[in-house]
Parts: sequence; structure tokens; C-alpha cells
Amino acid sequence: MPAKKSHAMLMGSVLLLGSSQLMAAPSASMLANTCAGCHGTNGVSTGPAAPTIAGKSAEYIKEVMEYYKDGSRHSTIMGRIAKGYSDEEVALMADYYAKQKFVSAAPKQKLDADKIKAGKKVYKKNCAKCHDENGRLPDDDSGILGGQWLPYLQYTMQDYRDGRQEMTKKMKKKVDKLDDAQIEAVLQFFASQD
Amino acid sequence: MKKLNRRDFIKVAGTTAAVSALGFPVIGNAASKKVVIVGGGTGGATCAKYIRMADASVEVTLIEPNKNYYTCYMSNEVLSGRRDINSIKFGYDGLASHGVKVVHDTVTGIDAAGRKVMTKGGDTFSYDRCVVAPGISFRDNIAGYNDAAHDKMPHAWKAGDQTSLLRKQLEGMADGGTVLIAPPPNPFRCPPGPYERACQIASYLQAKKPKSKVLILDAKDKFSKFGLFKQAFSRHYPDHIEWVAAKDTGGGVKSVDVGAGTVKTGDGNTHKGDVTNIIPAQKAGKIAEIAGLTNDSGWCPVEHKTFESTIHKGIHVIGDAAIQKPLPKSGYAANSEAKVTAAAVVDLVNGREPGEPSWVNTCYSIVAPEDGISVAMVYNLVDGKVAKVKGSGGLTSKDSPAGDRAREVQYAYSWFNNITHDAFGG
Repeated sequence: MPAKKSHAMLMGSVLLLGSSQLMAAPSASMLANTCAGCHGTNGVSTGPAAPTIAGKSAEYIKEVMEYYKDGSRHSTIMGRIAKGYSDEEVALMADYYAKQKFVSAAPKQKLDADKIKAGKKVYKKNCAKCHDENGRLPDDDSGILGGQWLPYLQYTMQDYRDGRQEMTKKMKKKVDKLDDAQIEAVLQFFASQD
Repeated sequence: MKKLNRRDFIKVAGTTAAVSALGFPVIGNAASKKVVIVGGGTGGATCAKYIRMADASVEVTLIEPNKNYYTCYMSNEVLSGRRDINSIKFGYDGLASHGVKVVHDTVTGIDAAGRKVMTKGGDTFSYDRCVVAPGISFRDNIAGYNDAAHDKMPHAWKAGDQTSLLRKQLEGMADGGTVLIAPPPNPFRCPPGPYERACQIASYLQAKKPKSKVLILDAKDKFSKFGLFKQAFSRHYPDHIEWVAAKDTGGGVKSVDVGAGTVKTGDGNTHKGDVTNIIPAQKAGKIAEIAGLTNDSGWCPVEHKTFESTIHKGIHVIGDAAIQKPLPKSGYAANSEAKVTAAAVVDLVNGREPGEPSWVNTCYSIVAPEDGISVAMVYNLVDGKVAKVKGSGGLTSKDSPAGDRAREVQYAYSWFNNITHDAFGG
């Protein structure tokens, strides 16, 4: 719309075009609420596998949705759903969920105390530098790992190790030298964080 | 000069003029904020909770005859014995904790002009906005399938006692028996449901009664997730499921003889079921018809932006009963429609015009213990109608590997836990 046009002219054209032309985009909560059926009310998943998305950083959510859209991150269903939203809509949802409170799934999961113990050592040696605070922080470039549902962590790690999605060079160097038991242990450690 | 946005426009044009010129629904009296919700299934419960979550100053009364709601979704796992009936049972304490007034009574009429809901118990509830979420009722498309017949040949399409009855019949059936399933014609609640049911029952038979089989006498030639279900039938149950298209029987089951335990198809042939599951053709729940909210199709026409009835202003109809195509008649769609309606109702009772809607449907079917399939879609409003967002959604790939299928089962369980908590949870 050229800047010179007056309100009156704009109003006239608007009325002719009909109400649909006037509509704003869906609000952040309108968009975000559609996720709750699978990811839980306000993004807190009751499990057993769908991840909690509340409290993740907006940067991370936007990046992951982009990867789902272009297929560079493997998924069963998220690729199909991510394609339904524009970048602007994703940004609204990302900001919305970044503001929600993350609730740890740890108390609701059946975990193995020995594995958690072993996992702590693996974590300290290999992961702590980037995923600090036991993976409990919403870092810009990674999701919240601490207190996440274990099957989701397992699926994601399996996809990394199978080459279905790319790890950063730093992470690949660490992950490649860990065996299955160490991987399982460290994932249990993450899942156990309150 | 700054661009004129919608809010500015309303300011410039004046509320009254804008409302009538743009055809928005009637803006209610902002001082009065009473909402009555008729029906406490997935749609009604979600709507009640989300209105209260968005605006605790709105008084929400939910009227539902039953003390507990049994979800139709996941009830097929009760039939296979993989799940207990209590795991699909939900009460209303969660809604009460959100400040929803829950009344257990049966609505007998709605006075749209007087904005009142009447109940069997003799009470009258006035409202500024009413949301009707009545689910489905059955049509008389199968001769002899009357109320008494429901106890012999359960439909189990409204979960609860009917689900338990069908499970009991399956348990009581001798090995070598035939389980007959008669799926309904379109449109109906949960389009993939009858076929997931066939898979779940077949999985039980395979393990416990291997000489038995499931015979599906369909009223259609094609159905939801068709290719994926056909794949599941041949992959998992080659000896335990036989699906027969409508064209091969003269249109599927047309009558039942409860005494003889037989059904007759359109071509005049008689089939015997040791257990018979008749799923009749459907229409909107009874109260929708009584309240005059249905049209000739038996379903309720609505404005898609707000799900307000096009017949009676001030009443919104959501869930299976609404004409919401291309949204399906599914639990997820009911949940999604409920949130769109909740937001619209909150806007309307506060004297604001409703915002732009957005919907999602995600529907899982568990076809074997480690094999889940899904369909998903994102929807927006185009020219006042629900439309699929181009490029989004679709089905699980037929070629998806076993590991991904197993994940879809776990995601199906996650979906069930989350959506029921989203609707009924505190």
C-alpha cells in the first residue's frame, strides 16, 4: 500500500475487499495451543515419549522447526506438521513456549539408579562443557535435556548416531567414542534431573 | 504514514459500525459473562477449561449427564485387552479445579432467543454464549438394530459399558469364531476407528484364539488411511482379517437378526457372527436436533471462524456434531475446535471481535503392538472456511521403517495422555 494513501481511502478499499483481507494473523497463544494435544497443556508433556517443549529457548525451537521443515532433522510426524507454519508463525510459537515453565519429567519416569550414577561420570567427562547445569538450562542452541522424557532422548541420540541428522563436530567427536552402555547411562542421567 | 492495522481501523470506524459492516457476530454485553457448555466430552471439557484459563472472570457452567467420560479413542486397546477400561475413564474434578461449575443433568432444550438452557432436573441456566458439544447419535440405517439390539450386538462407538460388553463377548467367544464388524457410511466419528479396531481385535485373536477371524463388512469401498491399513492387514493379520468392500456385498450390512446372531447384506446374503459389532450411520447428538441446530444433513452448520451456529446466533457447536470439513470428526479436531471457540467466546463476552483461528489434527492408529501409523494436518481460515495449509500434513509413509513405527506407538500413547490431560486435567 503506497504510504500516501489516506485512512479514508484505505478504509474504503478494505470494506470492498471484505473482512478476510483485514484479519490479523493468529495470535501466539492461538497457534501454540494447537501443539498441546501431543506436547501437553502449555507444552508440559505427560509422556511417555513426546517431549516437553515448555521453557526451551526460542532460538532452539525456531531452529529445530526449520530443520523439521527442510528434513535435515529426522522425525515421524513433526516434519509434516512444521510445514504448516510460516517462519513468522513459528517465531510466535517459539516465543510463547520459551516463556512457559519447564516441568521435569524425572519423578514420573522409571529410571535405573546404577545407570544414572554411571551416566553422571560420562556426562562430566564428555557433555558438561556445552550442556552445563546437567543439561537443565535452555541454551540457545540446544533443547533442555535435563528432566526430559527418556524415550525422546533415546530416539534423538539414535538418529544422531545413525546419521539421520547431523551432530556438531564437537559433539560427534565425543559421541563417537562412547559405547551403547555409556550412551544409555548418560541419557538416563539427563532424564533423572529434577 | 503508519500502516492502518485492524485495531486502528476499529477505532477509526467506531465499534458498532465496524461490527455490522464486517459481519462479526453480535458483540455481547461486556458486563455479563456467562457461558453454558452442553456436553462434557473432549470438545466440551477442553472448551470449558480453556475459557477459564484465558479469562477467569467468565462464569462457565458445564452440563453433562454422566459422572465420568470414557474416551472413544484408545477404547480399541480395551477390546484387545492391552488396556483397562479405567484407563480411558475421566471425571470432572480437574475442570472444577479450574473453576468450571459442573452440573450432572441432561439438557432437554435450548431457548436460543431467550438465551436459556433447560434441563431434565427442572433447572434453567441463562447464558451470554452457549457451546454445544453433543457428540453423535445413531441413524436407523440398519433394520432391526434397535436399542435392545445394542446389548446383543454392541456398537461400542460411544465408549464405556458398550466397550466392556464387546470385550466380554470377545473373551467369551470360542476359538474358531468369527468377529463381524460393520463400519458405517461417511461421515462418522473417528474415520480410522473401525479399522484400528479390526487390527486390535485380530491381534488378540492371533494370540489367544488363533483359529478365529475378523470379517469386516464395510458400507464403503475406501476408508481413512486406506493404504496403510491394507498394508497392516496383510503384514500382521493375513489369516485373521478379511475386509469386504461395499461394492461386493451390495452396500454392506442392511439388517440384523439379533436372535439368530446374523446380519444380511445388500445383496441378500446372510452372514453369521459369533460376536457382532454394528457401527450404525451417524448424525449430530440428540440435543443438537432438539435445539434446532441441525440442517437436512443431520449435522450442525457453523461459521468456521468461531464455530457459531449459522442457524442460532449465540450458540456455538463443536466436535463431531459440527460440519467442520475438511477438519475430521476426531478427538484432536474437537480439542482444537474447542480452543478456537474458547478464544472466540472470551473475545465476544468481553466485547472484542474474535481473532484469527488456527487448527491442527493429529490422529494415531495402533495397528500392532509395535506398529503405529498417523495422519496429521494444519488448518487455517481461508475466505471464512477451514482450509488445509498447503504442503503441510499427510500420512505416515508406507515405507517407514519398523523403528519409526514403534516410535509412533509411543507417540500415540503420549498423544492420549496429553490430550486427555489437556481436556480433563486440573
